[in-house]
Amino acid sequence: MAYNLKEVMANRPSRFTAGHRMCAGCGAPPVARMVLRALRPEDHAVISNATGCMEVSSFMYPYTAWTDSYIHTAFENAASTCSGVEAAYRSLKKQGKLPENEHTKFITFGGDGGTYDIGIQALSGAMERGHDMVYVCYDNGAYMNTGIQRSSATPKFADTTTSPAGTVIPGKMQSRKDLTEVMAAHHLPYVAQTIAYANFKDLYEKAEKAIYTEGPCFLNVLSPCPRGWGYPTDMLMQINKLAVDTCYWPLYEVIDGKYVINYKPAKKLPIEEFLKPQKRFKHMFKPGNEWMIEAFQKEVDDRWNALLNLEQN
Amino acid sequence: MGIRERLSGNEAAAIAMKQINPDVVAAFPITPSTEIPQYFSTFVSNGSVDTEFVAVESEHSAMSACVGAEAAGARAMTATSANGLSFMWEMIYIASSLRLPIVMSLVNRAVSGPLNIHNDHSDAMGVRDAGWIMLFSENNQEAYDNLLMAHRIAEHKDVLLPLMVCQDGFITSHSIENIELLEDEKVKEFVGTYHPEHYLLNMKEPMAIGPLDVQSYLFEHKYQQAEAMRNAKKVILEVAKDFEKLTGRKYSFFEEYKMEDAEIAVVCMNSTAGTTKVVVDKLREQGVKAGMVKIRVFRPFPAEELAEALGSLKAVAVMDKADSLNAVGGALFEDVTSGMYVANKQVPAVNYVYGIGGRDTREADILKVYSDLQEIATTGTIDNPYRYVGLRK
Repeated sequence: MAYNLKEVMANRPSRFTAGHRMCAGCGAPPVARMVLRALRPEDHAVISNATGCMEVSSFMYPYTAWTDSYIHTAFENAASTCSGVEAAYRSLKKQGKLPENEHTKFITFGGDGGTYDIGIQALSGAMERGHDMVYVCYDNGAYMNTGIQRSSATPKFADTTTSPAGTVIPGKMQSRKDLTEVMAAHHLPYVAQTIAYANFKDLYEKAEKAIYTEGPCFLNVLSPCPRGWGYPTDMLMQINKLAVDTCYWPLYEVIDGKYVINYKPAKKLPIEEFLKPQKRFKHMFKPGNEWMIEAFQKEVDDRWNALLNLEQN
Repeated sequence: MGIRERLSGNEAAAIAMKQINPDVVAAFPITPSTEIPQYFSTFVSNGSVDTEFVAVESEHSAMSACVGAEAAGARAMTATSANGLSFMWEMIYIASSLRLPIVMSLVNRAVSGPLNIHNDHSDAMGVRDAGWIMLFSENNQEAYDNLLMAHRIAEHKDVLLPLMVCQDGFITSHSIENIELLEDEKVKEFVGTYHPEHYLLNMKEPMAIGPLDVQSYLFEHKYQQAEAMRNAKKVILEVAKDFEKLTGRKYSFFEEYKMEDAEIAVVCMNSTAGTTKVVVDKLREQGVKAGMVKIRVFRPFPAEELAEALGSLKAVAVMDKADSLNAVGGALFEDVTSGMYVANKQVPAVNYVYGIGGRDTREADILKVYSDLQEIATTGTIDNPYRYVGLRK
């Protein structure tokens, strides 16, 4: 479907509505809004949400920001909860207990804590079982809801409250898990990495593909957090752009096993551009810590080159 | 007039599930309940049920999927044991708080550690405050009957709580005994169809469930759960009455065995009741006024009714197949004695922890309990109320 931001905004009202309590400058609400806008207006959706910022800020009894049906149960099991809803749908549909001409789509939202870490088993299981659902990870690179603790999505050297940049240990000493690749290894029909960027085109189109590709699909969406990353709240879109232009967060798809890189910057920016505006990397810019920036750059380069290779093969 | 069969407890549970024909079953194998999802998968594979079987990757996901399915508007069932239930624990509380009438077959087994696959009640006792209705079954017949009554109780509008049907691992689950089954059509009619008032898949009324429930609301929501559990007592009896009309088999909160003129009695649950009945019969032949009370409904706990049934005894022994490790008695003992205290029934009471990790409980063990009771009834003194039977010295 041809994408026109104005048309989408005009013709598809937000299904994730105003009134939620997420922070100014948070990357997650635009993600939720644009993913849900990719639903056909006539289709109903059931949203499953892992415990996290998005959940506690969007459904505080008795108010909800979700206009579709919504279920939250716990932290680690948004995927398995969704798989139960989807199984119920298939069963009831098969038995003629639901209207024939109505369609329900199943979308799960989880942060990196609920997805990369505590929820990876439930996610892996649900994807392997082949439920017709989309799992959307909004990856803000730490456990933000509980106060910025490290996760396996936290980039190396980041200062978090459980990997503080101290005098002996300079932040998180381990590399970031590559969950998109882990999901690609599940041989799903559609896996993509995206971001809310450049008129949301990439995000919107990938959400639409994921929602309307039959079977289990996975979207990994980088979703900056002003509190955890330490950038000014009005800088969200610039941070997103820098993540892409430095190749820290490449935009790509794996369609039935085939890699497609959606954006290759004409001029790949040095990683400092992405790191500099964020307080969590501040210590990396102290004299004597140049090695950290070099190591970070090397990791970004290695992963980008590996991805280019995957696309070629 | 019923179908006479010979089935194990697990087979009986699986057949009950087949006849109930739930919309979704999500389960993960664990000894000794594994056979239930195994048999059930065969029914699914052969098209004899309409169920979507979700072969999840863990028990946590089994209960999560059941929660999702039930909230979606489906009837969801599962089966598990011991560590499987422990792994579900978080979701057990969430299922009841969301007021989802999920039905589980719990085949009781010792919770690790150390690892032991045999029967005791430590798994069930671990979730006794989780807001589930808990029914216990002496044998395969009761496991089957309790499952047939389960949805009528759980789905009742004044209840809306999940329900688990317990039976003893191996002792019941793997022993083949005679059983009387109902015809499929009769079960279908008795169980009825499920019509939830609100559900996720109702496009005309989208709903959100599982909120962040802060200080201003959680207390009231928990009170509603407590009220539902209180309401369940009436519903359990009503359903039992209907079931009796259909089958002639009578159920209540507990079974009283030779209690009319009993002076001493044992309170127990599940398969131990079978052994105890034999002992009671033998003691009766000797002129000992022995009786037994077998708990069927452990949650909601029929404290008042039990106090009434036990209140005029000269001594009572409560058998716990799980140690609470609290330096005093087991869970059933605490419930029974506190119920009696509140009802002003002062009867000398002793607790026996027994059968842990599948330790065989023989007639001789039960006989020892009754002879202790005879002594207590005569002397009126209890040196130590917290006792063990069958424990090697």
